[in-house]
Amino acid sequence: MSHTETLSRTPLYALHVELGAKMVPFAGYEMPVQYPLGILKEHQHTRAAAGLFDVSHMGQVKLIGAEAAAALETLVPIDVIDLPVGLQRYALFTNDDGGILDDLMVANFGGGVLYVVVNAACKAQDIAHLKSKIGHRCEVVELTDRALLALQGPAAATVLARHAPAVAELTFMHCTRVELAGVECYVSRSGYTGEDGYEISVPADHAEALARLLLAEPEVQAIGLGARDSLRLEAGLCLYGHDIDTSTTPIEGSLLWAISKARRPGGERAGGYPGAAVVARHIAEGVQRKRVGLLVKDKVPVREGAELVDADGHTIGKVTSGGFGPTLGAPLAMGYVASAHAALGTPLFAMVRGKPVAVEVAKTPFVPQRYYRS
Amino acid sequence: MSDIKYTESHEWLRLEADGCATVGVTDYAQNLLGDLVYVALPREGDRFAQGEEAATIESVKAAGEIKIPVDGTVVSVNVALADEPSLVNEAAESAGWFFRMRIDNPEQLAGLMDAAGYHAYIGA
Repeated sequence: MSHTETLSRTPLYALHVELGAKMVPFAGYEMPVQYPLGILKEHQHTRAAAGLFDVSHMGQVKLIGAEAAAALETLVPIDVIDLPVGLQRYALFTNDDGGILDDLMVANFGGGVLYVVVNAACKAQDIAHLKSKIGHRCEVVELTDRALLALQGPAAATVLARHAPAVAELTFMHCTRVELAGVECYVSRSGYTGEDGYEISVPADHAEALARLLLAEPEVQAIGLGARDSLRLEAGLCLYGHDIDTSTTPIEGSLLWAISKARRPGGERAGGYPGAAVVARHIAEGVQRKRVGLLVKDKVPVREGAELVDADGHTIGKVTSGGFGPTLGAPLAMGYVASAHAALGTPLFAMVRGKPVAVEVAKTPFVPQRYYRS
Repeated sequence: MSDIKYTESHEWLRLEADGCATVGVTDYAQNLLGDLVYVALPREGDRFAQGEEAATIESVKAAGEIKIPVDGTVVSVNVALADEPSLVNEAAESAGWFFRMRIDNPEQLAGLMDAAGYHAYIGA
């Protein structure tokens, strides 16, 4: 296929092929969707032991300079100025309408250095946004020479601590610099599966050696994007471009928790980010529609794009992510519904191939998160 | 001589001694689909024209369909698949069969591929 010629490859491409991965185009990269184990077993392995994910397609950026935190606060509704050294926060780039341009992680490395991880599909746009909006206040450096691995699952801490004992002491959302496979890595205790685990930024030329080192551990299996999606869906985590995008505000996206208290109306640095007035109005007056979790009362998967209707057959929303939850043992979904139908337990129907399938508004995460908090 | 025929949409059809045929999806297709999580079977007595969707399948990745290889009527279905769709992944061309059918139009069988033809078709 000619279009594959334009796809990028991560530093682990050859390893994926060697491991027998099915490679698919994703966000401009050739990425492993699954290995020979298959999506179901990869998902279950991650929840039972540890999974290694290549997420090198994501964008890694450093913001450098004394004003970096204050500058970044003009683009996100997050407390960055008071973010302690060694801690990271989930953040959102908003636009002037309060829509979400991307979601990201921001870590404070200390010494005026912030480390930011953004979505692959948005990274060019995000970096341009950072350069044009705050490039005059801090240095914006894309780390194109680093790969990103995620080690996720209940055995992740045991495995990684064999190679770097210091990581055992990190708690959820804390980060540090440690030597792994003979090279300095940035390690945060975080991830996208709902499990305990780490994300590891490693120099690109050492990525394969580190991946092989971790895959040699008996608990670790390589996991593809297919299981990454079912894991994050069970964990109730949003997929940018599907569950949130420029047409959804953080409040419609049920992401009020991600807006730091200091940046909310009445906070010490309230507003001051794009679309703050819209978001403040949504907080004060409520929203017309909201993102909710949906449990499916049937065996049939309900997928992205399915219309949601009430008992009278009126369309009241749409599914934005859906599939089968291997740990839940049932289909699950999330989507947007008119706020009158957003209460937990509300019975609704999703239209699948023209037939109504019973669903129920449910709390997320669907599977308990197991982050290591202390 | 094998009495198994194949379609371009990756169904197999096995002629049985009683004149009926058993239909399923090929091992090649199940491998492309990935782990199946849902199967919607037809009902006994359902009648379909060649190429019509007789069953729906969903894998962890996507939805798919089983088209009836020739005109006919469903005489029984593999009820085990409803509870255990993974049978299709484990044994697509044996225990993972979908339904048995009475063939209305045997002339259509000549238009299906034999094993060698199918293997060439999928590039195996």
